[in-house]
Amino acid sequence: MTQLNMVQAINLALREEMARDDRVVLLGEDVGRDGGVFRVTEGLFEEFGPERVIDTPLSESAIVGAAVGMAAYGLRPVAEIQFLGFIYAAFDQLFTHAARIRTRSRGRFTAPLVVRTPYGAGIKAPELHEESTEAFFCHMPGVKVVVPSGPYNAKGLLMAAIRDPDPVLFLEPTRLYRMVKEEVPEGEYTLPLGKARIARPGGAVTVVAWGSMLQRVMKAVEGYDAEVIDPMTLSPFDGETLLDSVKKTGRLVVVHEAPLTCGLGAEIAATVAQEAILHLRGPIIRVAGPDVPVPLAKLIDHYLPSPERIRAALDEVLQY
Amino acid sequence: MESKLRAILPDAELIRMYEQMVLSREFEESCAEQYTKGHITGFLHLYSGQEAVAVGATAGLHRDDYILSAYREHAQAIVRGAEPRRVMAELFGKRTGICKGKGGSMHLFDPNLSFMGGYAIVGGQFPIAVGLAFAAKFRKEGRIVACFFGDGAANQGTFHESLNWARLWELPVLFVCENNSYGIGTSVARASALPDIHRRTCGYDIPSERVYGMDVIAVYEAIKWAAEWVREQNRPFLIEAITYRFRGHSMADPGKYRSLAEVELWKSRDPVPAFANRLVEEEIATEAQLEGIRQQALVTLADAVKFAEESPWPEDSEVWEDVYA
Repeated sequence: MTQLNMVQAINLALREEMARDDRVVLLGEDVGRDGGVFRVTEGLFEEFGPERVIDTPLSESAIVGAAVGMAAYGLRPVAEIQFLGFIYAAFDQLFTHAARIRTRSRGRFTAPLVVRTPYGAGIKAPELHEESTEAFFCHMPGVKVVVPSGPYNAKGLLMAAIRDPDPVLFLEPTRLYRMVKEEVPEGEYTLPLGKARIARPGGAVTVVAWGSMLQRVMKAVEGYDAEVIDPMTLSPFDGETLLDSVKKTGRLVVVHEAPLTCGLGAEIAATVAQEAILHLRGPIIRVAGPDVPVPLAKLIDHYLPSPERIRAALDEVLQY
Repeated sequence: MESKLRAILPDAELIRMYEQMVLSREFEESCAEQYTKGHITGFLHLYSGQEAVAVGATAGLHRDDYILSAYREHAQAIVRGAEPRRVMAELFGKRTGICKGKGGSMHLFDPNLSFMGGYAIVGGQFPIAVGLAFAAKFRKEGRIVACFFGDGAANQGTFHESLNWARLWELPVLFVCENNSYGIGTSVARASALPDIHRRTCGYDIPSERVYGMDVIAVYEAIKWAAEWVREQNRPFLIEAITYRFRGHSMADPGKYRSLAEVELWKSRDPVPAFANRLVEEEIATEAQLEGIRQQALVTLADAVKFAEESPWPEDSEVWEDVYA
């Protein structure tokens, strides 16, 4: 089997889906001739032509809006926004139209589209090229939010996202693009959206993390009896896997690089507090980014949840 | 000199257009009454005064061309073929509505009519129209997309993004601006550096034309010509129809920003009696026939209101439906 990094795995998923289904089209800034700023779509323009790998003007709102129209007509558009921090101009199209066409029309018009975008810290740029605002999009009923944590699940999740009947925001952790290689099979396989995986079984504490933090957590918990949950789909969230784990361990730590306040950790903590409080032995701890814009260069190391902070949280909750 | 109506369309088609205009007008007047009674809630934006645009434009399009519009779109849906009783039920929020009472006044959709909304966000429909047109061209189905919008929407970024795309990719979109002179209470002159909306397309090398939007036949001829040009050339075109809304922006708008004299002037140009007069003058219909059409519209609307009143509300559990597949 081939060892691929996440960029290669996503590229392979796109290529195979485009070959399988001629309704699948890619659109975005520099995705075609240029191959994408992170080279994710490299070679696809040459293979599938300019009608299916479409270089767009710098118009994020029109990228997402056009994808809604294409999807409503019966195509399967996969749009790329160059960085999550560039999506805010398209927020309107995503939130007011993509997310709601199905509800408004009672299922007679739908928007089966994917918006892929690199996200999170990873290239040591400040704020807009580096931030993790996934929680905004989890507050959008009608949109699914998916975050892979490695090359293997990136391919399977993206294939599932392209085939999904609902709009999917597919957040690709830039830090992981070329960080790890895994065995990634050729040919189709899908991982179900809305289903978490146990990334590491354990008994004393549940740790929830996704994207690049998942990789960091996996190293930080070495030596602890920790069960690590990788949600993979942030919305709709797999509460069942979460609650089953917490009922077993009695302790919960949530790690995310997004700012603490109203981050997804708050929702996860509230769910556990509401549904499983009698199983808890100690406080729920969130290890998160501070409530500031993502800083530049060296300060990012201070911003991101460090292995030390993660282990300190584990040590604290394990005292109970 | 105007050409005779019979040289443009057969009698039956002319009469049908008159029926649609009257039905549209009476539908809106009926909505106003139902809103006052509290049967229609939320916001209600009425089309009275602009009927010549919806009727003339729809007649100039093919039946399977897509139509997208903004939030003043009841008439456009009805003229396209939506049943008045099911549109009324939709406005009431009843489950017999065309979107089962979940879309409401501003979000009418019907794929069987190639009618895709209904957009409450000003300018929200532009990029979606571009995407539909891309898919239509990609599929080589010969359909075009008619994207209606108001003068206010021309100041949104999506207007400019979408004109650029439509021309760049040579997409079959017919943009139709219904310029009724006001974005809520702010006049075009106070909101637009270039109030002639049709001239704005020169920055995108898109041809355009202005038409007198109170004349249903003028609108019909302009749209028919432009729609065929768009279909044959596979390129966008923009038509600006100059029109006027007789009522406020919504039922909640007292309309203090315009003078009574201005409103009266435009009411003297009312497209419905203007078309009626031509039909009678050119002996296509008698006054008695036209009055009969109005009476028939009133019967249709009495039925629509009764249907909406008697229809059931959605079940509470339906709030969970159609959010995800």
